[in-house]
Amino acid sequence: MSEFLNRISDNLRAEKIFAVATRIGGNENVGAHLFIYPDGSWENTLGDANLDAEVLRDALELMANERSETRAYGDTQVFIETYAPPPRLLIVGGVHTAIPLAQYAKILGFRVIVIDGRGRFATRERFPHADELLVEWPDDAIPHLPIDASTYVVILTHDPKFDIPTLKALSTTKPRYIGAMGSRETRRQHMDELRAQGVPDEFLNTVYGPVGLDLGGRSPEEMALAIIAQIVAVRYHRAGGHLMHVAAD
Amino acid sequence: MQDILNDMEQWRARGDEVALATVTWTSGSTPRATGAKMAINSRGEFVGSVSGGCVEGAVIDQARAVLKNGKPKLVSYGISDDMAWDVGLACGGSIKVFIEKV
Repeated sequence: MSEFLNRISDNLRAEKIFAVATRIGGNENVGAHLFIYPDGSWENTLGDANLDAEVLRDALELMANERSETRAYGDTQVFIETYAPPPRLLIVGGVHTAIPLAQYAKILGFRVIVIDGRGRFATRERFPHADELLVEWPDDAIPHLPIDASTYVVILTHDPKFDIPTLKALSTTKPRYIGAMGSRETRRQHMDELRAQGVPDEFLNTVYGPVGLDLGGRSPEEMALAIIAQIVAVRYHRAGGHLMHVAAD
Repeated sequence: MQDILNDMEQWRARGDEVALATVTWTSGSTPRATGAKMAINSRGEFVGSVSGGCVEGAVIDQARAVLKNGKPKLVSYGISDDMAWDVGLACGGSIKVFIEKV
């Protein structure tokens, strides 16, 4: 195992953002690598302390936007690549649709956490692909889970005695996305109840429900596809229609 | 990277040399974005991709040359000349791929 691959591998395992700058063009030190961390620290060198300092500054800016780019420094080209940690998908409710959803999410590189208070639903046999299985009541667990701007939450329990406490617990967190399974009528009832319990509209309006893109399928696998497709669209700020009907970038 | 790292580690563990190809620049419509990666070993096996299949064959050849002489290389691919069946991108965009021994 090379030192370069070891370092990449260790950093990926830590699941924290970092950047690698590689000298890809110019007359000297092509192939040299600089590792940059969000606290401004670095490892290795591109072979020139002044270049390291300039690249470090640019890398911190690119990292903040999760972007990767080739930049020129005089005659030297440096590719600065951001390695962002994997997004997390928290699935509340180990129901049938959750099974293909967990599989799709794993293929797309998500860390998948399935939570259900009912031990018969959240089993390893049902969710061999999940990174974590939590047999806990969601409203007890949510305050202790790392829910941040790269966390996506899907509520599939589809039962007010789970859905309402879950949404209430989520209302003080800031995930990137919350989707909740259920019809328009179910959504209206849940929202009325939560509003009565003092949950603000600014939060309730951010919940995607009925959940998913309008793909038309009704099987659990097709519904899971509509949900994961919506998550991808939200991640990249897209509406999720046909590409042929979208104007070119 | 995560998706190809296991293969790269296994190749190295069994004694193969490994090259890494990374898309470092794109222009216009391209099948894969900046940062897309493909790893190639000294036997010519590969994992991952840098395009939709259009230039992988050429990248494998370049990677084997990089493994032989140890010198990294930046290679550009542009619009294909469909009369000549040249190596290129059918989608009309262009990419630069950096190939290094790792």
